[in-house]
Amino acid sequence: MNAILKVEGLRVEFDHALGAVKAVDDVSFALNAGERLGLAGESGSGKSTMALAILRMIKPPGRIVAGRVSLDGEELSALDHEGMRRLRLAGIAMVPQGSMNSLNPVMRIKAQLADAFRDHGVHLSNAAFEARVAELLRTVGLRPEVATLYPHELSGGMKQRACIAIAICLRPKVIIADEPTSALDVVVQRHVMETLARVQRDLGCAIILVGHDMGLMAQFVDRLGVMYAGRLVELAPIGEIITRPRHPYTQALISSLPSLEARGTMQGIPGLAPLLRELPPGCAFHPRCPRAEDRCRAEKPAVREVAPGQRAACHFA
Amino acid sequence: MNGLIRYLQRNLSLVAGSALLLFLLAFIVIGHMVVDVEDARALSVRPLQPPSAQYPFGTDRQGRDLLAVMVAGTPLTLRIGFIAGFLGVGIGTALAFVAAYYRGWADTIIRGIADIGLTVPGLLVLIIIAVGIPGGLSVNQMALVVASLAWLNPTRTIRAQVLSLRERGYVEIARMSGMSGPAIIFFELMPNLLPYLAATLVNAVSGAILASIGLEVLGLGPIDAPTLGMTLYWVNFNAAMINGWWWWWLAPTAIIVIVFLGLFFVTVGLDEVANPRLRKSV
Amino acid sequence: MSAPLLETRHVGKRYGAMTALSDLSMTIDTTRPAITAVVGESGSGKTTLARIILGLTPPSEGQVLYRGHDMAGLSGRQKREFRREVQAVFQDPYEVYNPFYRVDHVLTTPVKNFGLASSRAEARTLIEGALRAVGLRPEEILGRFPHQLSGGQRQRIMVARAVLMKPKLIVADEPVSMVDASLRATILGSLRKLTDEMGISIIYITHDLATAYQVSDNILVMYRACVAEAGEVERVVKHPQHPYTQLLISSIPKVSTTRDWLEDEGEQKAAAAPSAIGCRFVERCPVAMAKCATTLPPLYRTEPARAAACFQYEASPELQAGALDEVLVKAHEVV
Repeated sequence: MNAILKVEGLRVEFDHALGAVKAVDDVSFALNAGERLGLAGESGSGKSTMALAILRMIKPPGRIVAGRVSLDGEELSALDHEGMRRLRLAGIAMVPQGSMNSLNPVMRIKAQLADAFRDHGVHLSNAAFEARVAELLRTVGLRPEVATLYPHELSGGMKQRACIAIAICLRPKVIIADEPTSALDVVVQRHVMETLARVQRDLGCAIILVGHDMGLMAQFVDRLGVMYAGRLVELAPIGEIITRPRHPYTQALISSLPSLEARGTMQGIPGLAPLLRELPPGCAFHPRCPRAEDRCRAEKPAVREVAPGQRAACHFA
Repeated sequence: MNGLIRYLQRNLSLVAGSALLLFLLAFIVIGHMVVDVEDARALSVRPLQPPSAQYPFGTDRQGRDLLAVMVAGTPLTLRIGFIAGFLGVGIGTALAFVAAYYRGWADTIIRGIADIGLTVPGLLVLIIIAVGIPGGLSVNQMALVVASLAWLNPTRTIRAQVLSLRERGYVEIARMSGMSGPAIIFFELMPNLLPYLAATLVNAVSGAILASIGLEVLGLGPIDAPTLGMTLYWVNFNAAMINGWWWWWLAPTAIIVIVFLGLFFVTVGLDEVANPRLRKSV
Repeated sequence: MSAPLLETRHVGKRYGAMTALSDLSMTIDTTRPAITAVVGESGSGKTTLARIILGLTPPSEGQVLYRGHDMAGLSGRQKREFRREVQAVFQDPYEVYNPFYRVDHVLTTPVKNFGLASSRAEARTLIEGALRAVGLRPEEILGRFPHQLSGGQRQRIMVARAVLMKPKLIVADEPVSMVDASLRATILGSLRKLTDEMGISIIYITHDLATAYQVSDNILVMYRACVAEAGEVERVVKHPQHPYTQLLISSIPKVSTTRDWLEDEGEQKAAAAPSAIGCRFVERCPVAMAKCATTLPPLYRTEPARAAACFQYEASPELQAGALDEVLVKAHEVV
């Protein structure tokens, strides 16, 4: 399997009055070409920060303190400001959270696409540009007339598809979708995810889907990484994670999904996610873990390969 | 305490502005102890002396010790500004709250008056009022004249802030907890408005000082008072610049610059407090 | 028999040309407490219904009656009574706190304004009791500022606040959608406890059918300002009758190794303008008949505890206006 994106030892810290806070703590993974990787976690887990870090879009007081990211063999940390700028959208594209608010409200959709082309030095004749726009819109399931519309004239699902169109317009190798459907209704969500899947197949690119809806992950991704308190605590094929989750947090996360099978079976995870600046000693999850023992309180578990292609950070995995 | 110091390290504007204003305050206080303020009156000392050890700021044509004039006059100018500024913002705040919280015809009337008032050239109105008062103005009357227009802009801007605040979730919760309208205004809305009010206040004081200096330079101020504006009036009257008496116009100008720079930096600093999005990170 | 707590009679709400809520008649009788979920996507009218019931928005047509009195003409005393009996929990646990005050403020304010305690000590006991009732430890909560607490804790404090006044009805508008998945069960669990142990009825507004199923007794499915289906929640979710409910349930991605969720995507149907007459769902309905485009289907009572607004069931008797609560069961009833 050839890895299109490699993240090694990524560490992102935020400066805080009381000391540096590790938002992303030594995360490593590889994304294979054409693969769908999920990154699941709740608020404060570091998943969105990681997505931004891959694109080097972390703003002060946060900074990337360690780690390497490489796209198709090319080291991204070696790129200068301009090189990185050219890479965004053309190499790695992002469909950000709240995409619907990421569209410029006073520009028509086709103008925003024109921006993308121009910023990356793609010069097209008027006819070629119109044709390309129409093709892009068709690819994401939008009627060609949408090109002349303003964002407020589109529904939520249509705006999301417009954002996907912008994300794919330069044929990137990797798309990072950060909770692309969290603001959408469940019926529209399905349509948009279907569009994303088709687009990915046609382009042959890889997708990283960041989110917290385990049902969505189960139905969409090939492999899933679970993040907790800035660490990647489990990484495995999605089928394995569903049938046999190795990390207690993954188990708890799956169990906390409300089922439509039997009423009154909804469970939560007791306790609270830790404040990143006040992490408990040892394993960050131990205060809430049903299996916690003394070892967990003292020793931080390393991320180990517990089976071929499966990693977990737990003493008992 | 640590948090405060660190915050001040980030908010240099506030520190710079406060430093300038504190310097002025020190100047006034120490000045009063060191200098005989009676010498700020005309015919006190030998006229037209350039700065020397005896008269560090020199003297003017009418025989005033300019250092005494500055020491006596700066607080007067500042007083006009503060009275007018506070009055203006006080009235403006009250009207703004009533208009924005209760809406309806109260809002229409208040907004209408403010809008019309804002279109009329303020200086013109002030001149007409000042000219109309027989016998010249005292310092306090000056303050009231400027205050009469100082409430217009604060009313509008504070109203806009209140309009946005009143839609907040916590206002709705307060209503559902049985709070009355005036209670909501005072306990829920006002505290969140304090930083904005402070910034508006400093702005209003700046504007009031400027307006008063403007009137005084035109000769419409309190004739006998040694305020900064009146000093500049005498500078003009006596063609001090042409005559080469540079020390006469330099002193008030320098002090005016310090006043405005100080107030400006404090405004910028307070803006940052009022609007957390402007906050820079360390 | 005393008048029911709340009654809506042909209540509708329009914003300009857009209809947010259309001709809804229902009775909310809290003598036998239950949790009723109102489920729908954005634009379905569920939030509008909540705001009308809470008296925060006046209806454009129809009447809302509080204990038999029209809400539009309540006296001051009646308004206070209403506020005590009907409380709310809102969606955003951040916005509802005044950042200037400690969180105690949202708890002490109703105690003070409604005279719930005669001394500071009594107020303190009352507040601590309410916090414990929702699973919070008072020593961890009181005295803190909102930004020092998590979203889940803040939301639970809001539930505690609603409970303080011992209301008959709590309207919870998306109470857990902005809270982490792992904490939702705890908050919804405390809502369930309020109904089971304290006899408080709850109207749970959400777009999340799964949590609605888990915690409620009844469900009202709304689509484009109308009620599509209503009834006892187990029946509606396991055997949905209205095509929209069926679509909703099949669209939920499930955690299973069977990957059947992504199929051929549908065409962009929803962009079409809603029909002004006829069934609201007709453009997306797989079983639409000719008459669906021209006539608005009424609610048919298809089972003792179920009603669906679809012409497929016109053999069943029509549900009388205002009789909606007849298909809603009370807690612990078995149908």
